Amino acid sequence: MVDSAPLNASVSDLHQLLKDRAISSEELTNAFLKRIDQLNGQLNAVVTVCPEQAIADARRADEQLSRGDAHILTGIPLLHKDIFCTRGVRTTCGSRMLEDFIPAYDATVVAKLKAAGMVMLGKCNMDEFAMGSSNETSFFGAVKNPWDPNCVPGGSSGGSAAALAAGMAPLVTGTDTGGSIRQPASLCGVTGLKPTYGRVSRLGIIAFASSLDQAGPMARSAADCAHMLTAMAGLDAGDSTSADRAVPDFFSELTGDVDGLRIGIPREYFNDDLNPEVRERIMSALTQLEKAGALLVDIELPHSHYAIATYYVLAPAEASANLARYDGVRFGYRCDNPSDLEDLYLRSRSEGFGEEVQRRILVGTYALSAGFYDAYFNKAQQVRRVISEDFHKAFQSVDVIAGPSAPGVAFPFGAKQQDPVAMYMEDIYTLAVNLAGLPGLSAPAGLINGMPVGLQLIGKAFDESTILNAAHRLQLDTDWHEARPALEDSLA
Amino acid sequence: MSISQEDVEKVALLARLSIAQSELPEVTERFGRVLELVNELNTIDTSGVAPMSNPHDMVQRLRPDVVVAENEREALMAAAPAQEQGYFLVPKVID
Repeated sequence: MVDSAPLNASVSDLHQLLKDRAISSEELTNAFLKRIDQLNGQLNAVVTVCPEQAIADARRADEQLSRGDAHILTGIPLLHKDIFCTRGVRTTCGSRMLEDFIPAYDATVVAKLKAAGMVMLGKCNMDEFAMGSSNETSFFGAVKNPWDPNCVPGGSSGGSAAALAAGMAPLVTGTDTGGSIRQPASLCGVTGLKPTYGRVSRLGIIAFASSLDQAGPMARSAADCAHMLTAMAGLDAGDSTSADRAVPDFFSELTGDVDGLRIGIPREYFNDDLNPEVRERIMSALTQLEKAGALLVDIELPHSHYAIATYYVLAPAEASANLARYDGVRFGYRCDNPSDLEDLYLRSRSEGFGEEVQRRILVGTYALSAGFYDAYFNKAQQVRRVISEDFHKAFQSVDVIAGPSAPGVAFPFGAKQQDPVAMYMEDIYTLAVNLAGLPGLSAPAGLINGMPVGLQLIGKAFDESTILNAAHRLQLDTDWHEARPALEDSLA
Repeated sequence: MSISQEDVEKVALLARLSIAQSELPEVTERFGRVLELVNELNTIDTSGVAPMSNPHDMVQRLRPDVVVAENEREALMAAAPAQEQGYFLVPKVID
């Protein structure tokens, strides 16, 4: 039967085992379901487990594997962030508002991974409506970091990152509006990629800020992310912002060759504000790439520090419009015994949304309201272009831009919850990438006092291959991505 | 530019959110902190810069105006909190 080895195997190895029929998808699925059952009580990373459906999917995959017409991902289990609509399976977005919401259709990402033969084990916990950097805003309670249960896993894809780090699934999906894949990937010691805006369809992803939202893969290596991105990406008639661009086989582009690769080091990311230990880990990762032939080049992104102010106008403004649909009438939470329609709206929304979501709706409504639109929303859209142009200029002389994914390692629960602005600073290195619509990834770069640190690599638009390849080279030359939290004791 | 409790109440009404009087001082204080953060935008000159709403300055892609989605009325109505004969139920609006 199954020992613990396949639980840590790569996509390529799992595919070989499945294809050779050394293991069945059903056995693999049961092994991961068992792992979820053993660990979820302490980690709270998964909000919905779907054992019956998973086994049915696995049996279907086994038939396909036996026939010999399997995709690379066929029969491999995964967990979805609970922001992706799944037909017939509760989709909560971490909110009381959608506590009992059962979608009538699959998100395009879900449908594509299903079509590739993947087995959905369940849905991952997350910050409510993806608004948060610690998972503490989830209606279903915070996720615990597998590296230290007293610390946050990051957010908003914190359940996805924690589940992956704990070995509950070999692959997970996430979404990233301002850092929600990269920051939790950094804090949980996994690899996560936010693709170029438009690379992956947003159809069926519960909307937060539509001009920034993007879905991406999270895995234990850049190579595994590459396999998954190939299956997730592509033009979708159902999302008018999805890009009409050819999708390469991202895995086959991983040559490991970084000779002559020009990596930009923005002085604004490595200034005196950067935690010295984080700087040391990031620089040692970059030195590895330098040894492999890459060139480190000093660059400037002079308007970097405006990213936070810009983001915290645009994202709440778009959110306030997107979340207007939750009115207690058509779907989602409805208050008890409304006295009239006004009361129905007010109480359904106030009782259904948590504090952070309400704060962002308020800020966004304010920024869009008469008299403030020009000063806030329009101004922020102008600064967005200025920030974006910084990147375009920098990319004239470099191929990749590097920096930290987060300002530090995972922090204790409650440490930043009282001050929204302190929490917003968690995404100081990631927000600008969403504003500019560029691809960015976080890859493990070692530990500080036993807690993971992530290296962020930012690419040119639609050039995910180059940052994946740089991370892949790093993972060929180091074993940081193979470090695992010590959870086995708690399984005894 | 700071914000008063009255301003917050006005915005809350626009957003159809109700804030308990007891929570209003704290909500206003935290709202103010976020505004202070975003007010930094006033320190940069953006005259002549076109606002950016899509990171690739993409224009809307159009498709032929034909029905492609199947009618899933029943499946979609199943998510409604209250309904009758295929209609959403709400409290009485007109006397």
